[in-house]
Amino acid sequence: MASLITCPHCGTRPKEEFSIRGAAAPKRPSPTAKDEVWHAYVYVRDNPKGRYQEYWHHIAGCRRFLVVERDNLTHEVFGVTDASEFKWAGAAE
Amino acid sequence: MTSYRLGSGGAINRGQSLSFTFDGQTYKGFEGDTLASALLANDQMLIARSFKYHRPRGVVTAGSAEPNALMTIGSGARAEPNARATVVELYNGLAAASQNRWPSLKHDFGAVNDLFSPFLGAGFYYKTFMWPGVLWEKLYEPLIRRAAGLGKATMQADPDRYEKSWAHCDLLVIGAGPTGLMAALAAGRAGVRVVLADEGFRLGGSLLSESAAVDGRPAAEFAADIVAELASLPNVTLMPRTTVFGWYDDMVFGAVERVQKHVASPSPDLPMERLWRVVAKQAILATGAEERPLVFGGNDKPGVVTAGAARTYLNRYGVAVGGKVAVFTNGGSGYRTAADLLAQGVDVTAIIDARPQSADPVPESVRVIRNGSVIATKGRHRIEGLIAERSGFEEVIGCDALAMSGGWSPIVHLMCQRGAKPVWSDEKQAFLPPDVGGAFLAAGSAAGHASIGDCLKDGSAKAHAALEALGRLVGALETPEVEGEYDPSFVPLWYVPGARDKAFVDFQNDVHVGDLGLAQREGFRHIEHTKRYTTAGMATDQGKLGNVNAAGIVAGMRGVSPAEIGTTTFRPFYTPVSFGALAGTARAEHAAPVRTSPLHNWARKNGATFVDSGLWYRSAWFPREGEKTWRESVDREVLNVRSNAGLCDVSTLGKIEIFGAGAAEFLDRIYSNGFLKLPVGRARYGLMLREDGIVFDDGTASRLSENHYVMTTTTAYAADVLAHLEFSAQTFWPELDVRFVSSTDQWAQMSLAGPKARIIMSRVVQDDISDAAFPFLAARDVTLRGGLKARLFRISFSGELAYELAVPAGYGEAVADAVMDAGHEEGICAYGVEALNVLRVEKGHVTHSELDGRTTADDVGLGRMMAMQKPDFIGKRLSTRFGLTAADRLQLVGLKPVEADKEIKAGAHLLKDGAKPSLANDQGFVSSACFSPTLGHFIALAMLKSGRERIGERIMVWDGLRGSEVLSEVCPPVFVDPENSKLHL
Amino acid sequence: MRYSAYSIFKEALSGNRMWKPAWREPQPKPHYDVIIVGGGGHGLATAYYLAKEFGITNVAVLEKGYLGSGNVGRNTTIIRSNYLLEGNNPFYEFSLKLWEGLERDFNYNAMVSQRGMLNLFHSDGQRDAYARRGNGMRIHGVDAELLDREQVRRKAPYLNFDHARFPIMGALYQKRAGTVRHDAVAWGYGRGADARGVDLIQHCEVTGIRRENGLVTGVETTRGFIGCNKLALAAAGNTTTVGRMADLELPIESHVLQAFVSEGLKPVVDHVITYGAGHFYISQSDKGGLVFGAEIDFYSSYAQRGNLQTVEHTMEEGVSLIPGLSRAKVLRSWGGVMDMSMDGSPIIDRTPIDNLYLNCGWCYGGFKATPASGFCFAHLIAKNETHHVTRFMRLDRFERGYTIDEAGRGPQPNLH
Repeated sequence: MASLITCPHCGTRPKEEFSIRGAAAPKRPSPTAKDEVWHAYVYVRDNPKGRYQEYWHHIAGCRRFLVVERDNLTHEVFGVTDASEFKWAGAAE
Repeated sequence: MTSYRLGSGGAINRGQSLSFTFDGQTYKGFEGDTLASALLANDQMLIARSFKYHRPRGVVTAGSAEPNALMTIGSGARAEPNARATVVELYNGLAAASQNRWPSLKHDFGAVNDLFSPFLGAGFYYKTFMWPGVLWEKLYEPLIRRAAGLGKATMQADPDRYEKSWAHCDLLVIGAGPTGLMAALAAGRAGVRVVLADEGFRLGGSLLSESAAVDGRPAAEFAADIVAELASLPNVTLMPRTTVFGWYDDMVFGAVERVQKHVASPSPDLPMERLWRVVAKQAILATGAEERPLVFGGNDKPGVVTAGAARTYLNRYGVAVGGKVAVFTNGGSGYRTAADLLAQGVDVTAIIDARPQSADPVPESVRVIRNGSVIATKGRHRIEGLIAERSGFEEVIGCDALAMSGGWSPIVHLMCQRGAKPVWSDEKQAFLPPDVGGAFLAAGSAAGHASIGDCLKDGSAKAHAALEALGRLVGALETPEVEGEYDPSFVPLWYVPGARDKAFVDFQNDVHVGDLGLAQREGFRHIEHTKRYTTAGMATDQGKLGNVNAAGIVAGMRGVSPAEIGTTTFRPFYTPVSFGALAGTARAEHAAPVRTSPLHNWARKNGATFVDSGLWYRSAWFPREGEKTWRESVDREVLNVRSNAGLCDVSTLGKIEIFGAGAAEFLDRIYSNGFLKLPVGRARYGLMLREDGIVFDDGTASRLSENHYVMTTTTAYAADVLAHLEFSAQTFWPELDVRFVSSTDQWAQMSLAGPKARIIMSRVVQDDISDAAFPFLAARDVTLRGGLKARLFRISFSGELAYELAVPAGYGEAVADAVMDAGHEEGICAYGVEALNVLRVEKGHVTHSELDGRTTADDVGLGRMMAMQKPDFIGKRLSTRFGLTAADRLQLVGLKPVEADKEIKAGAHLLKDGAKPSLANDQGFVSSACFSPTLGHFIALAMLKSGRERIGERIMVWDGLRGSEVLSEVCPPVFVDPENSKLHL
Repeated sequence: MRYSAYSIFKEALSGNRMWKPAWREPQPKPHYDVIIVGGGGHGLATAYYLAKEFGITNVAVLEKGYLGSGNVGRNTTIIRSNYLLEGNNPFYEFSLKLWEGLERDFNYNAMVSQRGMLNLFHSDGQRDAYARRGNGMRIHGVDAELLDREQVRRKAPYLNFDHARFPIMGALYQKRAGTVRHDAVAWGYGRGADARGVDLIQHCEVTGIRRENGLVTGVETTRGFIGCNKLALAAAGNTTTVGRMADLELPIESHVLQAFVSEGLKPVVDHVITYGAGHFYISQSDKGGLVFGAEIDFYSSYAQRGNLQTVEHTMEEGVSLIPGLSRAKVLRSWGGVMDMSMDGSPIIDRTPIDNLYLNCGWCYGGFKATPASGFCFAHLIAKNETHHVTRFMRLDRFERGYTIDEAGRGPQPNLH
């Protein structure tokens, strides 16, 4: 995707200004969570084909981590939110 | 040599004669010519050889789909191979050369391949050359490689410049033919920002080639009038010579503008080509349609051209493709071509019409053979005649050119680059562009409309749709009247039966109907298989001319509709784009930016040799007179630091300012060791892990005030560490009050190390820096004599009494000079990163040579820095996995050669003494090695299996790559001052 | 039918009308001993070796597109065995050895061309890292040489030696590395498998995996249910999608890698060359096109197409490395979907389901692995035990802490 990303802080900016961290879906477990949960967090990826939430870092802009929600097959972007406002769906604790 | 230039006509400037050469011969053309039209005017029909069979070939089109007329333009560093003569704009002094022939175009030895063609069918090379194995690389492959390929790349550095730019518009119109001009006009008059791009050097597209009249004027004049109006509109940008090559996500189009490709002496002030990324809210595909060749025996002879090309050469360039032209057609294009030729006084010998009847008006005095076909052509370097067939009767017809028309294929390429497939239309007998949503619309003949009138109408209609989407709809544009149009319809004819010679589908790659048949018989039936097996569509024209015919022919062989066969995948680039244009300015020394330290000038003054370190230039060593090798300089610097003092530029280390009430807690979670209790005014060495428990980076963090820390990172990881901090703070712990800013470039930082460091530093700094007042790991703001505020840290990488002094970047050089002056009597020297490296190896300090992304804290002897009692820190949970704590892991040790004069090199592997080199016996590797001037022999840091329990063992340092084996003793990794007594002086 | 110069001669005399299909187009049978999902290079190689080496011929390869329509048909054709780590090196060397005899083994000329590979280095640190790797290769009996700048210049004088931002210091050279005609690999394996009785079933997409009592009984497909005793997944690019049908939780993320080919040129680049100051790699096909690529696009993607920024970046590196490319033209770009694993190395292993086998995670190094991957996967399926060169390529290595992290970049797949 995404030749252009609309940063909630900076407006529509070219992809060149961002670096991509990876899937936003896994939530960092609590320190006391089980080993399996930690393993899954670090190593297992849902990797769905279609709607996908991913961390993009606006390194040449506001330096905020953004969650870009998009389709990884058509590359259509559905929305961009600041990472601090991102809500994990059913995250394991 | 006959001149095929007509006495009048065409959009060429006959007042401006241009001289050019082809294969060394000088010719004349006119301004407004393409290289192809000028060659044709000069009776140069044979202009190339085909790829595989080296068959003589001539120009077949008048545009960018040209498969045959590939040439090398220019010479030396400016030589461009594989240029299509049909789109090369003629300029004075242009030098063109034919390719892929030896010794000459007329007498090409490679043509012998044509005789052996029965043995060289599709995929023959997959079936032979297997025995004996050694001969493939030694004999067969070199022969094949030499025979293959097209033009020669220059392989010299390009003397010209290239640049890149962004463009933004409401509407991008791709193609400036009748459709595109009308679309741009409608949108331009509505006041939206329009970009009109066309690959040609003159805007107007097919209007420049047609004899019809539009709006009461010749079509070309009509086009010129619209272009003039568009040029007068401030909201319209005209981009001739600009090929839109790719459609990318979010309506970003890639385009390349040939700024100076047509200029005899390029200006150094302008780029040769310019890459555009065009961001469009709406776009219209007005790329027109490609005329299909007919697939008949001998259809590749020089002189066989598409009918539309014949009209273009005639009407636009004033050039006849021949003196006696035959026409082979399945639609109206052939009749129009005959009429246009006759109107210009060119003899038309016959029209062979594949259809039993048609309503096309037959020009007077021209014979029409209906229900006829061409089964063979005569002549070698130029067609001399053809064999026509009708109802079993054959007839030889003399001609020196043959205009063919097999119908039209919309140019759907760009619209199919993002996954959508073109859609077969039974009605139009063509693949039409897919519906890709409202922002990108196909119009005119690209959308399957055929006549000029329909294209004009559709152009403005699609512009209105775009304007509506933009919310800028205005009244409809009146469609101009077209007079003298021909009926462009056709009846499909994929393949002409009865061929006596090869009937080519892909001219450049020499793929003929027989190859397609063979592929079907051998099971390569999917069109992608057919393509890959026969190479149809894989030439430089990417099948622009042949692919639709191939689909139709395969459909015929299989007895299905072309809809079932489909097309191969359309991918960028629409036409080939130079590396230079896509690379832009990032090349040679400018491939990446250079970062220089604020102390760069200081280092240079002191004679530094610099070394690349990522983007940085770092001072590596400071040679002095009489020193012949770098080692002499480095040895001196090391010894001087150990005995007196040295000053080293450490400004490139990453520096991150950390603020906030949550900073202490944050650092405690980021570092594996504890940071909660770090007092103000103190520095601490810290180890950062990845979440998988592996060491990420190391450095220091100093608490300058209650809620303000400054962190240092390694030079290489400065950016990654900052991103890691931001990620952790923003996504894991947004509730922590902590903020970061990189200050790497804001501070000049220098390390003053050596037993005399304090006395020197005290001459520079006002504050009391006695050991009591400023002990090891002290870190705070100080004032320099003279009043400058600075930061001083008592930290050491060398193992000596050492200070790191940070001053605002602009003061760096002056302060470093002052330190050098202050240390003159103490024998201070400047030292570089090489000496720094020796000093740290002697002390057993690790860098990323050891921390290579696979090592744990314990591996490098820093297990004590894992504060497992902390509830959480990054990397804690996964650090205890079995594999990361196993006893046989590689552990950091020191090595010293048993024979003192032997050299150990980094990258050598370790074997048990007496063991054979094998993977099973591999015990580890040397991570860092250097000559220790302090000890007088080589030393090394190594990662050795269970290394810490093997101190004292003798081990073979095996360097098969460089042919050495050095028996060495395993020792603790700290070679100098293991008690750290020198740190605490 | 056996291919040879003689067969070409003989068939030509009869107008090339008698050539037999390279493979049958069979209807799926109701049941097979082994079903392989994925008719790409690895799937077809697995079928070939199952039949040839392990005598298991009641095998079907199910391919949702056409044979070789995945990454075996869209890569940069490089083969090499210059790996650093013990978990990888013997496997890739085994693969290279199989490449070396492949054409005569499967009677198909895949144009294995051992033209040599230069991994350029531009700093002392890189040299040391390559020395470590080269010694690791040598210690295992793999050929490796460390060349200095002048030795590199003699092999490739057209590289940027005069105006480089990051001057070339030398190279790690593997003489036995090279290129292979990629499509022919799929076709050769496919033809060889078919000749031994394997059913290659194209246009047959697996839509479900049927299980009873904890074992796979067969697969639902677009051509109906097909039963099997053993099911083997070799569907790189779609591993997660297929794996999810059996509830596998995998350490895989899909990314797109672009590759490029230039217009045909007379021979200029005689080796495979990688740029140490970037990710650019290049070779020249026998047909004359320069085949090259660089980095992945970095975002998750299942689309076989890429981004313009990556295109530009690739060309920037290309021209920086080979200044003379500037006026040559790029013809075509394409994208392949990569199984990026969490440590950059592949998985060939059993799964929690006893008769379900997994072959995935090839990142962008799968092509060179094709023969060994097929051989070892066939070994695993046939004998239910791991071939020794794949003993580290386990699915549970992440949990156990035995990752094979060749790049040392940790569990962030787009960094590998």
